[in-house]
Amino acid sequence: MEDQDKILSEVTQREYKYGFVTDIETDIIEKGLNEDVIRLISAKKEEPEFMLNFRLEAYRKWLKMKMPNWAYLKVPPIDFQAISYYAAPKKKAQYESLDEVDPELLETFNKLGIPLEEQKHLAGVAVDAVIDSVSVKTTFKETLAEKGIIFCSFSEAVKEHPELVKKYLGQAVPVADNYFAALNSAVFSDGSFCYIPKGVRCPMELSTYFRINAANTGQFERTLIVADDDSYVSYLEGCTAPMRDENQLHAAVVEIIALDRAEVKYSTVQNWYPGDKNGKGGIYNFVTKRGVCRGVSSKISWTQVETGSAITWKYPSCILMGDNSVGEFNSVAVTNNHQQADTGSKMIHIGKNTKSTIVSKGISAGKSDNSYRGLVKILPGAKNSRNFSQCDSLLLNDTCGAHTFPYIEVGNKSSVVEHEATTSKIGEDQIFYCNQRGIDTETAIGMIVNGYAKEVLNKLPMEFAVEAQKLLQISLEGSVG
Amino acid sequence: MLSIKDLYVSIEGMEILKGINLEVKPGEIHAIMGPNGSGKSTLASVLAGKEEYEVTSGEVLFEGENLLEKAPEERAKEGLFLSFQYPVEIPGVPMVNFLKSAVNEHRKYKGEKELTAGEFLKLMREKMDMVDMHPNLTNRSVNEGFSGGEKKKNEIFQMALLEPKLAILDETDSGLDIDALKTVANGVNALRSPERSAIVVTHYQRLLDYIVPDYVHILYKGKIVKTAGKELALELEEKGYDWIKTENAN
Repeated sequence: MEDQDKILSEVTQREYKYGFVTDIETDIIEKGLNEDVIRLISAKKEEPEFMLNFRLEAYRKWLKMKMPNWAYLKVPPIDFQAISYYAAPKKKAQYESLDEVDPELLETFNKLGIPLEEQKHLAGVAVDAVIDSVSVKTTFKETLAEKGIIFCSFSEAVKEHPELVKKYLGQAVPVADNYFAALNSAVFSDGSFCYIPKGVRCPMELSTYFRINAANTGQFERTLIVADDDSYVSYLEGCTAPMRDENQLHAAVVEIIALDRAEVKYSTVQNWYPGDKNGKGGIYNFVTKRGVCRGVSSKISWTQVETGSAITWKYPSCILMGDNSVGEFNSVAVTNNHQQADTGSKMIHIGKNTKSTIVSKGISAGKSDNSYRGLVKILPGAKNSRNFSQCDSLLLNDTCGAHTFPYIEVGNKSSVVEHEATTSKIGEDQIFYCNQRGIDTETAIGMIVNGYAKEVLNKLPMEFAVEAQKLLQISLEGSVG
Repeated sequence: MLSIKDLYVSIEGMEILKGINLEVKPGEIHAIMGPNGSGKSTLASVLAGKEEYEVTSGEVLFEGENLLEKAPEERAKEGLFLSFQYPVEIPGVPMVNFLKSAVNEHRKYKGEKELTAGEFLKLMREKMDMVDMHPNLTNRSVNEGFSGGEKKKNEIFQMALLEPKLAILDETDSGLDIDALKTVANGVNALRSPERSAIVVTHYQRLLDYIVPDYVHILYKGKIVKTAGKELALELEEKGYDWIKTENAN
């Protein structure tokens, strides 16, 4: 017992590995939210009128909406007027080489273990690094451009490809879809845009690193991925954020549109600051992620490893419109200390012969609460559709909680829906067995948990899988006691 | 090598071991026999460092050092190996990864260079032959879906990989058919050397036909009530435990 207590206290008192603040001159607008602020954001970004109208429509609808309270979460009241809705690094971020980039910014990347210098040369990964809402650096653009692939910051897409943005923005997540999506639609500052033309297989994994840096700045990212007929893309999103005392709100929106026979793989490793061991601080993560399999035989798969944030509210979903389209959701969600997560997926079957799979692995430790919430809805016209859901929960002690809220609606008789769920506690016998072979408790827990989550981790691209495995281990260090 | 002095152990307030004394010298094999519930497995678990057992008094020296104050993984790396009576399954953790970590933890502890994947696989193949392990087993998750016999073989295989100074076999023979029993015994015998010792915990004399002990101890009601050479096991086989129970009835 004594040893475990020691490990526990050592680990819980360890500072969040990515907790630091970069002192970059930042252009922040006054706190608060009203139509003038939205006009100001739009003006600062030199947006065309359709964007301003999109924002204003969202804002007006948002005003009439209420914060959702159906999730198994205790969310402290959020003062939306106490947030500044726009922050951008002051120096104009168009550089010929890395030498011109603010050295402090580079240092931030280095601390996070993402050496941009190396990444520039790293074969197969193009990086669109986002710090505080404005894209700073985009690499590999030329290589992609040769194939006709557009991968750029959202603001750039609005300027360079307004017709594409106009056509697809809000198609998967309508402006007033939900409270946080409406807020995002009104105030989003930047994000990534990706378009894969017909018949093109994107030759590299596209990746974006998100950061939250300026104090008291809400982060409202917007990502739009469009995969045209017969195209393929794998997209990676990885996140870490500097440590903060105040809670920070994050309300991102990710939209994916897959046209005929297109395939999009979207993978996330999320490691935002989860708050300290007493539940102070941490990111509030209210994300709307949705993909529409608009075309026949199209496929969208979401894979996520969620270890961070104080509060996670996130349901990456697929709307399976095209006949024979396929949706997948694979998730590992870890909660420790006082973290709360209510996460899962929605699979809406509209087209015939549509298939969906949900694999959710929840891991709870400390005093955390980890919930799976999922909806499988098969509409009357979605004949011969199938869903398989598997929701497993692993508890690391007696003080944490795991909950499962599956909703199933089947509208016809030719479809089949299967749901499996298990809950288990990590075995002290398993840990002792590892100990007896010379493996210490922390490594043992890492091994056991990674074994448990393997099915999902295997779905991640190679370079991400390694990072994810380390993350799982780090976030659970000392959590068995 | 191992010196147990007047060891008392309780679990949840119940006293299981009541003053054990045992001296194991390098190269010796000691068999510990006794009826169900006499404390044999408790002794094995306490030596390996299982947490729920409370040592109320006594001391255990391993190579001259206080064993009881060391963490289980440290004991393991010092060269103490327990072959589990009921090896646990660890789903999703490949045997190869598990074993490589174990071997490299041992090597790091001794200040040796960690083995590369290639070097490890070579070592693994060598040891696999020794205990007649089916190569398929190492591709699976730790003990997952292994038969009872395969699990026991796997324990001996791990022992062969880790080359402990002191191996404690906790009823490794239980549930084994005669062929598997021979394989396990061969594995143990192959590791015998003047530096290595073993404590073989068993109910039956059968295993001791193949692993010949230097001493046989009879554990009864938490105490070693009789110690003799290998012939004691035969005597026990003949007379049964009732003989011991009657002798110690008071």
